[in-house]
Amino acid sequence: MAETALKVEQSASALEGLRSVAADWSQDKQAFPVPWGKAMMWIFLLSDTFVFTCFLTSYMNVRISTTEPWPNPSEVFALTVGGAHIPLLLIAIMTMILITSSGTMAMAVNFGYRRDRKRTALLLFATALLGLSFVGMQAFEWTKLIVEEGVRPWGNPMGAAQFGSSFFMITGFHGLHVSCGVIYLLVVAYRVLSGFYDRKGTYETVEVAGLYWHFVDLVWVFIFAFFYLW
Amino acid sequence: MAFVAIADRDHEHAHDEPHSWIRKYVWSQDHKVIAIQYGTVAILIGLVALVMSVLMRLQLGFPNTFSFIAPQDYYQFITMHGMIMVIYLLTALFLGGFGNYLIPLMCGSRDMVFPYMNMLSFWFYLLSVLVLVAGFFVPGGPTGAGWTLYPPQAIAAGTPGVSWGIITMLASLAIFIVAFTMGGLNYVTTVLQARCRGMTLMRMPLSVWGIFTASILGLLAFPALFVSAIMLLLDAVAGTSFFMPAMSSMGETTQYSGGSPLLFQHLFWFFGHPEVYIVALPAFGIVSDLISTHARRNIFGYRMMVWAILAIGCLSFVVWAHHMYISGMNPYFGFFFATTTLIIAVPTAIKVYNWVLTIWRGDVHLTVPMLFAIGFIFTFVNGGLTGLFLGNVTVDVPLSGTYFVVAHFHMVMGVSPILVVFGAIYHWYPKITGRMLDETLGKWHFWLTFLGTYSIYLPMHYLGFLGVPRRYYAYDSSIEFIPESVQFANEWITISAIIVALVQLIFLFNLIWSYRHGKEAGPNPWRATSLEWQTPETPPKHGNWGKQLPVVYRWAYDYNVPGAPDDFIPQNVPPGPQTPAGSHDHGPQP
Repeated sequence: MAETALKVEQSASALEGLRSVAADWSQDKQAFPVPWGKAMMWIFLLSDTFVFTCFLTSYMNVRISTTEPWPNPSEVFALTVGGAHIPLLLIAIMTMILITSSGTMAMAVNFGYRRDRKRTALLLFATALLGLSFVGMQAFEWTKLIVEEGVRPWGNPMGAAQFGSSFFMITGFHGLHVSCGVIYLLVVAYRVLSGFYDRKGTYETVEVAGLYWHFVDLVWVFIFAFFYLW
Repeated sequence: MAFVAIADRDHEHAHDEPHSWIRKYVWSQDHKVIAIQYGTVAILIGLVALVMSVLMRLQLGFPNTFSFIAPQDYYQFITMHGMIMVIYLLTALFLGGFGNYLIPLMCGSRDMVFPYMNMLSFWFYLLSVLVLVAGFFVPGGPTGAGWTLYPPQAIAAGTPGVSWGIITMLASLAIFIVAFTMGGLNYVTTVLQARCRGMTLMRMPLSVWGIFTASILGLLAFPALFVSAIMLLLDAVAGTSFFMPAMSSMGETTQYSGGSPLLFQHLFWFFGHPEVYIVALPAFGIVSDLISTHARRNIFGYRMMVWAILAIGCLSFVVWAHHMYISGMNPYFGFFFATTTLIIAVPTAIKVYNWVLTIWRGDVHLTVPMLFAIGFIFTFVNGGLTGLFLGNVTVDVPLSGTYFVVAHFHMVMGVSPILVVFGAIYHWYPKITGRMLDETLGKWHFWLTFLGTYSIYLPMHYLGFLGVPRRYYAYDSSIEFIPESVQFANEWITISAIIVALVQLIFLFNLIWSYRHGKEAGPNPWRATSLEWQTPETPPKHGNWGKQLPVVYRWAYDYNVPGAPDDFIPQNVPPGPQTPAGSHDHGPQP
């Protein structure tokens, strides 16, 4: 008896607690203590996550549904350097570069909040440069696949046609994100240099751009894992 | 002062009022103008879809009579009618139109958080509509794949519009999604981050809750349509085989091999089912406000209504495969999706009960918006009940290919939301233009539309039980199980459809005529509590609130509060001896 009463009381107070959490959260003018731009970027990234999830899920689906054998990625994406055949060499370098660029981006955000105009801009340029080199290597990779290996969106000599179509579609869409990110970073870097954010009084836009950049990197990790390592 | 991007400007100084005509009405960043732009384009393109439905009905009611409707035309009409009504009319009108107009006004904001992006959203929407319309003029005409665009037949030879129409359709969808994303991000961020003082989430009118939740659904569901549109486009243009299996078409082996047509169905319905609620949730929200205002009673169970909206929103993401029962699936999946589908009936039924309980013993004013709101409850219950039939696998399988489905979804997501759209236009037109719509014309419009739609769709349920297949161009005598009485029913439906279509002209006339000659409305003709009726000017000027932003002290439903001199207390009236705080309100006093 007493136990049941205790349980009822506990669940009632748990409900009360949930209610007060909801009430607290809904009290303010703003639901999240962040600037508008940052909130909007987070929501956009959530939506973009769904885009990439759909792309990757579809890729997995066609990889299973196709009747032809799937080409071996570590064979296809191998480079021959000085006579040695090294699988996934280029893609490993590209991944390293992109992850490094996340590091420089984080440092840029840090220096931005310290109002260090020069270093912030420098690091932003470095990030953009790393992004640009990533896109450049991707162009190299595409050229090699198309010219040397004969991979086309509609077919390839190694096996399932969906290999080429998924590859070009997903890395292409990601590369588009990186390219847009580079332009975005360059604009922000220019504004940092011109003192725009000093006049505005806050460097939060650097962080918002950073959110986008880290997201693009994170997506790459998934593409890397699902496409190249699987 | 140095140039400051709009997004970076301080809240109160964000709005330098534009002076040139073009910046005010064409390249406008004012949410109210953008709302009207969205609404006008949506209604115009909706009229195109309405005409196409009449053409389809002419063919079905009087086969072999109209030689200008060839079979391929009929399929093109079906496709474009469905796509336009669902996406370019209802989604655009509820979110782009009402969302844009109501969110900042009801939340007490000066505008959306990023007005420039809001403007871009409209122009991308207009572009998507133009690309869609271009489909009518390309060689071969628009696509006739059905609004679901299922591959393989959507891009296989023999389907109308397979050379150009499907490409304009998919391109238009992709552009629409870009447009919606820009708008949707604005709506969600504005509701979350830019409300006025005292406007807590649990004080927002249910219209805002409905539009807000629908925008979130849109941001999470449209990606699936975007991805499937891109992949189908690649299949059609670049010769990839994402959705296309190895097959022969017109006696020739195609270049395709190894794709999965079922994948498209999954992606499409992962978008398609939330889409139903993208249209329905704003309608739920708006109708709650209409009922409460015109029944002069606080909405029954406000908190429950909010949670029901959120629950429906979440559940709508785990029911999509109930559109695919006849595509074949593991019985356990069918069981799962049938269960989740039927669970949605619980929060939905809560909402219906709460609407009815709000009207119960209310001081009901049978104004035109109220008539439409009550009409909505009837129609929605009807369509919802047939939804219970179709949610069950075993009942769905024989009914899925028949007119029963046509009747069901037209009742539940065609007629019901459109009734709310009409009610909402009659309700907010005085705020938008400063003049009332004509009431007599409005009542004619309501009764003829309401009864007319029943005259159209009730017989369709019967046709469905007879097994009459949908999407057929004609039923010749070789289909033995179809009795002759079906032809009579089809004639009846066609004549009703023509009448209902013509009745909409009354509405259009009313819209145009009342703009100049309607009765002066004054700031608050319905004596409503929510903030949009408390603006200093009617129609509201740029920046909405003059110098001072409003401060909110109560929820949006203080009607007939005991002790108050009026039968309503606006949200921005502070509590005092004459205006007691509502007992339902747990918000803080700023």
